[in-house]
Amino acid sequence: MSELKNSMTDIVMDALGKVKDPEIASVSILDLGMVHEVYVTEGAVKVSVLPTFSGCPALHIIERDIKKAIEEVEGIQSVEVNFVFTPSWTTDRITPEGRERLKEFGISPPPANHVMGEPWEIDCPYCGSTYVTMENIFGPTACRSILYCKSCKNPFEAMKPVADMGL
Amino acid sequence: MTQETLKPQEKKALIELLYQLADDDFILSFRGSEWLGLAPHIEEDVAFSSISQDMMGHANLYYNLLEDLGEGEADKIAHLRTPDLFRNAIILEEVNGPGTYLKEPDYDWAFTVVRNYFYAVHKHIRLDSLRHSSYEPLAEAARKIMTEQYYHLMHWEVWFKQLMTSTDEAIQRMTTAIQKVWKDFGGVLTLGPYYEDIVKANLIDDEAVMKKRWNNKIEAVLKEVGANYPGEPRMERGNGRNGVHTDDLKQATSTLSEVYATNPSTGW
Repeated sequence: MSELKNSMTDIVMDALGKVKDPEIASVSILDLGMVHEVYVTEGAVKVSVLPTFSGCPALHIIERDIKKAIEEVEGIQSVEVNFVFTPSWTTDRITPEGRERLKEFGISPPPANHVMGEPWEIDCPYCGSTYVTMENIFGPTACRSILYCKSCKNPFEAMKPVADMGL
Repeated sequence: MTQETLKPQEKKALIELLYQLADDDFILSFRGSEWLGLAPHIEEDVAFSSISQDMMGHANLYYNLLEDLGEGEADKIAHLRTPDLFRNAIILEEVNGPGTYLKEPDYDWAFTVVRNYFYAVHKHIRLDSLRHSSYEPLAEAARKIMTEQYYHLMHWEVWFKQLMTSTDEAIQRMTTAIQKVWKDFGGVLTLGPYYEDIVKANLIDDEAVMKKRWNNKIEAVLKEVGANYPGEPRMERGNGRNGVHTDDLKQATSTLSEVYATNPSTGW
């Protein structure tokens, strides 16, 4: 591990881990599973990123922040960021750490292996109760829904589950 | 197919199709955004504005595909074209009702529900076909859009079915709205003058096949809520795919592009 740690790719990955979702300050783009591929060749970095929702206004900010974070790495001369759609970003790409950090922010993580069209089970991020109601599938940002916990009587948000549509 | 392997005729057909897809979402999303703060209740305001934002994102994806094909910058395509160059269906540009969002908006919610539901049903059918498109970048975009559109369709279906089985007044208003939308919804279901080339290039299914799917679905839903299926939808005011439009489109594009047009060289 210590040997790998020295490679340029790992240093770049560390830098990417510091790029946060502008709308959810506790999670990074790595936590959200948005980074698809990273190529480092001779000081040039190419990052392909999977957009979460296509109308998300944070995408431009994320692109800027990725460039800024990697350009600060010593020995890097150029950074290219591309948004790609294959594979599709789905909510099961969110890492276990990402799921925990979403909870800290008061956002319930989506069910791990959601099948589109099936009902989803969401736990309250505060008390863990499953006694919750969906108030609105659509929330304050494209990727979030609004719910209410009937146990601890708190409103909360959840990541809207996004699954591949069977391809 | 990729950009490099497209034949000239296929490229022309693809560009026409992309303008239809982009402009349909762009204009209807603008009409949706005019409801901001005016929807029947606060939860609907959140939901509808989120849907409109998604749809604007979908239009943006298609405009970016057009940019990749040499049609110019996506923002310019969206903001600087004259109405005759738009390829959206006429029913999607129609105003929400009398007034404007700033002054005495007397918008018609039944019309909005019917138009959006019928459109969402068609959009789903269209995406389901596009995800197998011969042009890989379009197929990829369609797969992405589909995951989001799933929730839009669900949303409008709930509104449609509930209002159609609600009070006498609701049913009356919805019936009037269906009659109104029916007169021009045929314009959404057509692929326009390059239809044969579009289908020959395997970019999307035959329009007759998709039309049948839409009619079957809507007929079944109408039956479920106890309403009559009025026969094939018409295209009374002309075909938007040919660049035929009403003054409502002029109003939409001039409002949409008002800020952009003040200084197109600035990054907005």
